[in-house]
Amino acid sequence: MTDAPAIELRGISKAFGPVQANKDIAMSVARGTIHGIVGENGAGKSTLMSILYGFYKADRGEIFINGKATAIPDSQAAIRAGIGMVHQHFKLVENFTVVENVILGAEDGAMLRPSIAKARRLLTELSEEYGLKVDPDAIIEDLSVGHQQRVEILKQLYRHADILILDEPTGVLTPSEADQLFRILERLRAEGKTIILITHKLREIMEITDTVSVMRRGEMTNTVKTADTSPAALAEMMVGRKVLLQVDKTQAQPGEVVLSVRDLRVTRGGVTRLKGVSFDIRRGEILGIAGVAGNGQTELLEVLGGMIAASGGSVSLFGQPLDITGTAANGQTRRARGIGHVPEDRQTEGLIMPFEAWENVAFGYHFDPKYNSGPLMDNAAIRADCADKMARYDVRPPNPRLPARNFSGGNQQKIVVAREMDRAPDLLLVGQPTRGVDIGAIEFIHKQIIALRDQGKAILLVSVELDEIMGLSDRIAVMFDGQIMGERLPQETDQNALGLLMAGVTEGAA
Amino acid sequence: MDKMPKWADVVLIPLISVILALLVSGLVVAIIGESPWRAMQVMVKGAFGSAYGWGYTLYYATNFIFTGLAVAVAFHARLFNIGGEGQAALGGLGVAVILLAVDWPHWTLALAAAMGFAMLFSALWAAVPAYLQAKRGSHIVITTIMFNYIASALLVYLLVNVLRVEGSMAPESASFAAATHLPSAADFAGGLGFRGSTPLNISIFLALIACVLVWLLIWRTRLGYEIRAFGHSETAAVYAGINPTKIIMITMLISGALAGMMAINVVMGEAERLVLDFVEGAGFVGIAVALMGRSHPVGVVLAALLFGALYQGGAELQFEMPAISREMIVVIQALVILFTGALDNMVRMPVQKLFLALKRRRDDAARPNPAE
Repeated sequence: MTDAPAIELRGISKAFGPVQANKDIAMSVARGTIHGIVGENGAGKSTLMSILYGFYKADRGEIFINGKATAIPDSQAAIRAGIGMVHQHFKLVENFTVVENVILGAEDGAMLRPSIAKARRLLTELSEEYGLKVDPDAIIEDLSVGHQQRVEILKQLYRHADILILDEPTGVLTPSEADQLFRILERLRAEGKTIILITHKLREIMEITDTVSVMRRGEMTNTVKTADTSPAALAEMMVGRKVLLQVDKTQAQPGEVVLSVRDLRVTRGGVTRLKGVSFDIRRGEILGIAGVAGNGQTELLEVLGGMIAASGGSVSLFGQPLDITGTAANGQTRRARGIGHVPEDRQTEGLIMPFEAWENVAFGYHFDPKYNSGPLMDNAAIRADCADKMARYDVRPPNPRLPARNFSGGNQQKIVVAREMDRAPDLLLVGQPTRGVDIGAIEFIHKQIIALRDQGKAILLVSVELDEIMGLSDRIAVMFDGQIMGERLPQETDQNALGLLMAGVTEGAA
Repeated sequence: MDKMPKWADVVLIPLISVILALLVSGLVVAIIGESPWRAMQVMVKGAFGSAYGWGYTLYYATNFIFTGLAVAVAFHARLFNIGGEGQAALGGLGVAVILLAVDWPHWTLALAAAMGFAMLFSALWAAVPAYLQAKRGSHIVITTIMFNYIASALLVYLLVNVLRVEGSMAPESASFAAATHLPSAADFAGGLGFRGSTPLNISIFLALIACVLVWLLIWRTRLGYEIRAFGHSETAAVYAGINPTKIIMITMLISGALAGMMAINVVMGEAERLVLDFVEGAGFVGIAVALMGRSHPVGVVLAALLFGALYQGGAELQFEMPAISREMIVVIQALVILFTGALDNMVRMPVQKLFLALKRRRDDAARPNPAE
């Protein structure tokens, strides 16, 4: 082995039409290190990794693998060069076993049996070598998300990857699963593998990487040793100005009870998702719901937002009952009662992606008299309102005629936030407000949520980001398996204690 | 934005597709030993060369506008209504029922009533598959196509056993009273050379009015907004408080009613009685028309005109060049459908690339290279 860096990029440039996604990128990653890449959405991280993995061809520039100039026209070439990629959304066949997934596309011949036998042997070796314990015969859909991710990593190792690219690997993991992943990455590093970690979580960068590169607007602005930097410094490099990582907020001044939920139960597809949930939210208060995704938070938001019917329990708003089972349980009646809803998934729920921004600004409020004139919709009024909201909520570009899908994630979310929060609803339901949103927009959205609280509105915040829950909430309820495991005050708890509750461990058992 | 200009999407790509389809058709004609050039001339001349040709071309186009709009409206809600054939047949039944049952004093009153009944019958025929889709999740493609067969069987039964004129051998209803006859092109545009024999009648104006109304509905009303939102994402529609059952039902009722309007043109305007199989595939052509017209009323009109010309020009071709059989005409029409519908991306991708390349060259020329 030489001392040449595992990966060296020189002068990589890539344009999509008028957009310069990557501009003269130079990067060098030493063998056996973990290198972090951070940057806001649209900074060009994904484009750069796609070039490295052969999805895109760079307009200019060269790639050196182990000191040797290498052309990577497609992903097969990337695999031959020893590069493996673990995508944010796993590329696994859900009803195949682990072994079948691992050999998929890397079978030795037309007959499967010898490949499977060889793969099983190799998997056992790999599992032991790197501490990646997975049952080779388990069906993927039966595995937890953390284990599915291990299968993805094993898949790459099975293809003899020496360089692993992980794209936002912890987005779907619990804190403890994320810790386990980091232990695995450390083992891999110790064995001489090179790892590129793309993430927006600065805490992870600080915890695990050796060096870190910052991308902004298609350029690689800085590359520093992790030991020599700090989260605040990295955030500033990413955004280009000072950023508040911690939200400034005053003590909550809770008033009367706005929302009262009692013994709420939801069954969907034969599975009980909510098993009797009860809580209150008062004026001027943010109740944060923490929990690993899929423990009933989605159903809680959907029932309160009128999207699905409950199977039992009761909900009242200012003491007046809310229909949660009948025909009046829909998004229109909820909005009429002063409930705003920023849904968990802006792309499939909150926005119609092919609709232009102004059409999305009216979405759900299209019966509002100010958006209508007689039997027709008043498109001019909606466009004017959209332009106004875009200016006040800093949506970029401020063009009401642009389809929603052409905005970055952060700006899409700002459109949803503007629509749902600008009417100052008495109760705001917020799901994953900053998922896939860049740091600048996170800061902005957090400020808006706090401002709404300070106007005396009640807010229900659901998030899988513990930092967000800890930073924003006045009270924290932890959900596990359709139940609330306990309530904590943010100043009296920490991530570890919440993490235990999130895993279903209560004080008695611990 | 990063795509091609709108005119390329709406005009250029369909045009290239049609030219490709005609080239392949020419090849087929050449293979059976006839001159493609002459066949082309006969078709164009047959469709547009005389008032007679125009009369038929526009008459067919009127049918296709109605059935095309029917499919287009449903497309906006991502419902694939391929039951236009059966819905139009029921529309015809509605027209016949009301025109035979009442002694109408004037064609305007008769027209209003016939429209009402055509739309009512065809909308109700579409309502059953719609309900099954909305409430039971039965796929609308399957149910609407099955309803085509049921409609066809129903019409055979009624025409043979109920509506047939006593003593007649033909499975058709009695002729409608003269007072119900719609003004034909000879009446309102005789100056343009249309004769009494032309099937073109005032229904074409109804079709054009329907285009305007559909445009208003889809792009200007709350209902159209909800239909389009539902079509793009049902989850998002539910989030916004849009009731999927309501949207599916209303959209299909409108779609069915539009298909039924085609019967005004054929049953009331041309045949002036209900005949068996008067729809003649117009329900299916409507699918191609909506696809080619990008579900936009303007596109639907243009596509309907093309298919009207193909129908009329094809008939002339068959008459003038006996070597080219009826089946050959169907082949040519099928090729147009194939190229404009199924193979759309084959043309689209290269054109898109071309526009991107042109744009980049322009941009590069307009400003100095930032990398230097």
